Amino acid sequence: MTDVASTATRPGRPAISGVVGRLPEYLMIWVPLLLSAAHLISFSLWTIWISFTPSTLVPVSGWVGLRNYNAVMASRNWHIAFDNLLLFGTAFVLLSLITGLALAILLDQRIRGENVLRTIFLYPLAVSFVVTGTVWSWLLNPGIGIQKLVHDLGWTSFRFDWLVDRDMAIWTIVIAAIWQSSGFAMALFLAGLRSVDADIIKAAQIDGAGPVRTYWRVILPTLWPITITVVVVQLQFAISAFDLVRALTNGGPGIATQLPALVVYDLMFQRGQLGRGAAAAVLMLLILLAVLLPYAAWRYFQRRRATHG
Amino acid sequence: MGDRTFAPSRILIYLVVSLFAAAYLAPLVVVVLNSLRTNEEIAQASMIGWPQQWAWGNYATAWSGFCVAETCAGIRPYMLNSALVTIPATIFSTLLGAVAGYAVSLWRFRGDSWIYGIVTLGLFLPQQMRLLPWTIVLRDIGLINTLTGLVLIHTIQGLSFTTLFCRNYYVAIPHELIRAARIDGAGFFRIFWRIILPLSSPILIVTVIWQFTHIWNEFLYGVTFTTGQQQPVTAALIALSAAIADIPQHGVQSAAVIIAALPTLLIYLLGGRYFVRGLTAGAVK
Repeated sequence: MTDVASTATRPGRPAISGVVGRLPEYLMIWVPLLLSAAHLISFSLWTIWISFTPSTLVPVSGWVGLRNYNAVMASRNWHIAFDNLLLFGTAFVLLSLITGLALAILLDQRIRGENVLRTIFLYPLAVSFVVTGTVWSWLLNPGIGIQKLVHDLGWTSFRFDWLVDRDMAIWTIVIAAIWQSSGFAMALFLAGLRSVDADIIKAAQIDGAGPVRTYWRVILPTLWPITITVVVVQLQFAISAFDLVRALTNGGPGIATQLPALVVYDLMFQRGQLGRGAAAAVLMLLILLAVLLPYAAWRYFQRRRATHG
Repeated sequence: MGDRTFAPSRILIYLVVSLFAAAYLAPLVVVVLNSLRTNEEIAQASMIGWPQQWAWGNYATAWSGFCVAETCAGIRPYMLNSALVTIPATIFSTLLGAVAGYAVSLWRFRGDSWIYGIVTLGLFLPQQMRLLPWTIVLRDIGLINTLTGLVLIHTIQGLSFTTLFCRNYYVAIPHELIRAARIDGAGFFRIFWRIILPLSSPILIVTVIWQFTHIWNEFLYGVTFTTGQQQPVTAALIALSAAIADIPQHGVQSAAVIIAALPTLLIYLLGGRYFVRGLTAGAVK
């Protein structure tokens, strides 16, 4: 581009020294970007390739077609993980949307101490999922947590043992995940609420709309784009959730709270089934793409509509 | 909307908001209180309670006393590991990301939008797709089970975020500024140093906070690529609770959890505004 022209027109300087003189700059621009791009592409292709090989403890070449995929998808582990992901993903995303929106609307009422409250609702996001998972595993453990406390207070028939209940254990992950990241939804919704045109709100009030009606009819509809962003980000988290589950239930009791990321780790590093582990990782990627591609298309469509009036 | 009079509806709002706040604070309060109770006291009662006697010694034990497997050095070596990974990786990825963001937004070169597009795909690619290749690469270059290996991973992967943050910030800088400087004969680095960096402090703070929080809290790579004494503190916490599962020491464990969470919590409390800006910037990709 213009670099070439300016080097060439500079008098009394051979072009070659210009290139050498610019070497540090080329290196600085290209090396990090190329490393990053190259690792993303080659690592993805590598994992995809391994998913088609008969690799077990070490990567080997060879071609087994879809055998690894069939084996993973036929396994009970993956079935449970996939069903859990559907339940966990839906419940977590919906409930954290509702919680985040409720918190944002409450904070939008010009209340005192808004800054302190916002700090309280967001601090879990600064803490690692390992810490969150560990702490909730104590609170939800019927032997030492909330259930024990209520028993000690005298209500001995009280039961809150989801952590050790096969059917309910997945809900403990939902609880901890909502506690950890509904603040994120709140932050985005609050920013959206604050950017609603004041004139529109005033117009609605002049028309005689009460606060509930104003929210429902005028303000909330403007939050659609933010809602979609929040859903996509939270789904992305749900699909690759690992740390939280590892610390909270470690997939248990039994394999009741298995999730895809745990299946991948288990196959790759505990069972020495690299081919199947890679296939499970690619399946995770496909699930993610099923969420991200429509989102990207929607974003593209929106941007085009914005630029073309 | 609404006014500051204390109508019943206002009281209801404050009530609900306080309940929510209590729910969000409760786990933190429980752990802080537990970290000051003796293990025996927690074992007799429950995890939730007021300390009968203040067991400040828990923190000393957690920091440098308790044993995982054969070593009895507490959480201190793992905290050090996390710091030795997080601080260099944060600095490297932020600086390289700032230069890269500047290059793709203001300097422009052939293929810049292509390579930028590919780099930002890194925001979406799940870690599981890179686990196996990283294992093999780290083993081949002799960095498996080293802190240097983790620094390398977090620097390269962090570039996706740092480049995006900085690029989105720098596109707002007028091109005329750069063009004028180039006519005056200023080169790539001179313009970066003299013009771009002085304008960058807000975005650099956002990026540093984001990177530090993410790398400190990261678990999967830590647990996959390091073992034993080389593990970062997140992996060590899991190893700790597994190691003492038979005879739980909840007081000491709570203290260890608080210590491990403290660096990112402090950064959040000090730089909350920038933390939130990073969250929203990361979301609106």
